[in-house]
Amino acid sequence: MALALVVVPLIFAAAAAVMPSQRWRPWLLPVCAAAHLAITLAALRSQDVAALGGWLKLDDLGRLVLPIASVLFFACSLYAPGYLALRPERSNRVFVPCLLFFLAMNSLIVESQHLGLMWVAVEATTLASAPLLYFNHNARSIEATWKYLLIGSVGIALALFGTFFLAYAALRAGLGTSLFFSDLVREAPRLSRPWLLAAFVLLFVGYGTKMGLAPMHTWKPAAYGEAPGIVGTLLAGALTSCAFLALLRFYRIVAAGGEAAFARQLMIGIGLLSMAVAGVFMARQRDYKRMLAYSSVEHVGILVLGIGIGGAGVFGALLHLVNNAVTKGVLFLSAGNIHRAYGSKSIDDVRGALRRLPFSGALFLAGFFAVTGSPPFGPFLSEFTIARAAMTSGQAVVGALFLVMLAIVFIGMGGAVLAVTQGEPPPSRREGFRDRLDTVAPIVLLMAVVVLLGVYVPAPLNALVLNAAAFVDVKP
Amino acid sequence: MQAVADPLLVVLLLVNFFLLGSSRLRALVSGSAAQGTLLALLVLSVHGEITWQAIAIALGTVALKSVVIPSMLRRAMRDAAIHREVEPLIGFVPSLLLGGLGTGLSLVFARTLPLAPEHVGSLLVPASLATAFTGFLLLATRRRAITQVVGYLALENGVFVMGLTLVEAMPLLVEIGVLLDLVVAIFVMGIIIEHISREFSSIDPERLESLKE
Repeated sequence: MALALVVVPLIFAAAAAVMPSQRWRPWLLPVCAAAHLAITLAALRSQDVAALGGWLKLDDLGRLVLPIASVLFFACSLYAPGYLALRPERSNRVFVPCLLFFLAMNSLIVESQHLGLMWVAVEATTLASAPLLYFNHNARSIEATWKYLLIGSVGIALALFGTFFLAYAALRAGLGTSLFFSDLVREAPRLSRPWLLAAFVLLFVGYGTKMGLAPMHTWKPAAYGEAPGIVGTLLAGALTSCAFLALLRFYRIVAAGGEAAFARQLMIGIGLLSMAVAGVFMARQRDYKRMLAYSSVEHVGILVLGIGIGGAGVFGALLHLVNNAVTKGVLFLSAGNIHRAYGSKSIDDVRGALRRLPFSGALFLAGFFAVTGSPPFGPFLSEFTIARAAMTSGQAVVGALFLVMLAIVFIGMGGAVLAVTQGEPPPSRREGFRDRLDTVAPIVLLMAVVVLLGVYVPAPLNALVLNAAAFVDVKP
Repeated sequence: MQAVADPLLVVLLLVNFFLLGSSRLRALVSGSAAQGTLLALLVLSVHGEITWQAIAIALGTVALKSVVIPSMLRRAMRDAAIHREVEPLIGFVPSLLLGGLGTGLSLVFARTLPLAPEHVGSLLVPASLATAFTGFLLLATRRRAITQVVGYLALENGVFVMGLTLVEAMPLLVEIGVLLDLVVAIFVMGIIIEHISREFSSIDPERLESLKE
C-alpha cells in the first residue's frame, strides 16, 4: 500500500504521457485521484503501512498530511477536465503528466523516512511544478517560472546543506551512518550541538523557502499570480503542507535533542514576520490572484507560529493545516473562474462577480470570510485555538500580535474582495464564460468541508490531528 | 588523503575568485566546468581507496558538471548572442572583496565547529562554506540568467564538498538521486532560458520586471 501511493500516480503519469488524445487525457486525472484517495483511506485504516525496508512508512504526521493532499488533488482533478476543455488552444500533453507526477512525489515526501530520499522527493516536486506554472506560455508566466525555479532550487540546495550538517552531527557523535528520522530522533541527545543547531537553521531556511515563509516568499506572488487555479491550489494547499511536514520532522529531531526552545523562538519570529509582510503587501495589492499568494504567506506563518507557541498551539497549527489547505482550494479555484470570466486579474477591471458568476462569486466571498478566520468556518476554530494557546501559556504579547495581524489582513483583503464581488459588472465583460457544473461543483465540495470543520471536527479527523500533535511534540 | 585533497580545495577557492571577477560569460562557464573537474578529483582523493563506486560518481560528476551543463550553457549563450555580464548590482572589485571576506569568515566559522578527528585541519568544511557563499553572491548580484545558473552551480558545488565529509554515511542511491536532480534542474532551467531568450530577445532577468513588487 505504501508503495502503491507513489507507484499508481506514476503509472498514470506515464499513461498520460503516451496517450495521444488531447480531449481524453485530462480524464485520467479524476480516475487516478479517485484511486489515490481510495488507497489513502485504506492506508489510514490499516495500522502498519511500510515498504522498502523502512524507507517508506506512514507515520502519525504522514497520516494527517496524506489525506489533505489526496482530497485536495481529488477536488482539483474533478475541476481539471472542465478547465482544460476551456483551453483547447493549449496542449495538455505536459500539463497532465506533470500533475500526476506531482501527486506521486507528494506521496513520496509524506512517506519517506530517510532524509536523503525526502530531499530528492521535495526537489522533484519543484521540477514537476515548473512546467505547470509555465502552462500559459507567455512572458509573465516565464518570469514567474524562472523566479520559482531559481529561488526554489536555492532553497532546496540550502536544505541539502542542512541535511549534510545533520548527518555530520551524527557522524561527529560517532553514531555511524544512519540517516533515518527515527534513528536521529532516538540519538538526538547525543548529536553534536553546534552542528545540530546550524543544520536546523539551514533546513528551516531551505524548507521554509518551499513553504513560502517571509522573507523567502518572493517567488510566491509571481508564481501564484500566473499559475492556473488548479496549480495554485496544489502549490498553496498540498505542497506547502508537505514542506511543513518536512520542517516538522526536523523540528522533532531538534526537540528530542533538548533544543526545542531555540527552534520555537525562530518559528515565532518568522511566523509573525510572515503575517506582517502579508498584511502590508496585501493592503496595496491590485491583483486578486497575487493577493491570494500573500494570504498563503500569512497562513504558512500561522502554521509555524502555532508550533512555536507550543502546547495546544501544536494541535491548533495541525488543525489549521487541514483548514488552510481546503480553504485555499475554494479561493484559488473560484478566483480562477472569475479570472476566466473577466479576462483580468486586476481589481480595477473586475466588478460585480456576485452577479456575473453567482456561484463562483459567492464562493470567493465565503472563502474570504473563511480564510480570514470568521466564524462559522474551519479556520476560525484553529486560529482561535492558537490564540488561546498563546494567551494561556504566558505568551500574551505573541498572542496579541497574532490577533492584530489577523485584523490587519482581514481589512486589507476585505477591501479587494468586496470590490471584486460587489457592484455592477462592466457591460463589456458580460458575455462568454458562465458558471457550469464541472467548474463549480468541486469548489462547493471543498466549501462544504470548510463549513463542516467550522461546526464540528469529526472524531476520526480529531484523532488524526491529536496523534500527529503528540508525534510532533516530543520531549527530550 | 588530506595531502591530495587540500591543494585541490585551494584551487577550488581560487576558481571562486575567478568567477566573482569575470565579466565574460564564456569565462564564467569555463570556471564552472573547472570546478566540476576539481570536484571529481576530490571524490577520488577523499574515498581513500579507489572503489568502483567512487569512480562512477567521479565520472558522473565530470560528465555532468564539466561537459553536459557547460555545453548547454554555451549553446544558450550562442542562441541569445550575449557574451558579457551587464553592470551587476555590486561591481566586480567589491564582489571580489566580499568574496575574500566570506572566505575568511568561513575559515573562522569552521574552526568554531567541532570537527570529527579525521577532518581537523582539513579545508573541506571551510571550502564548502566559502564556495556556497560565492554562489549566493553571484545569484544575488548578477543580472544575466546564465550567470545566475553559474551561481546556483557554485552553491551546489559548495554543498557537494560538504557531502564529501560524509562519503561513508551517504548511500549510493541518495548520491545518485542528488546528481540526477541536479541534471534535471539544470535541464529545466536551460529550457526556460531558451524560452526567455525567445520571448525577451535577451537573457536578462532584470527585464523581467512586470511581476516586481
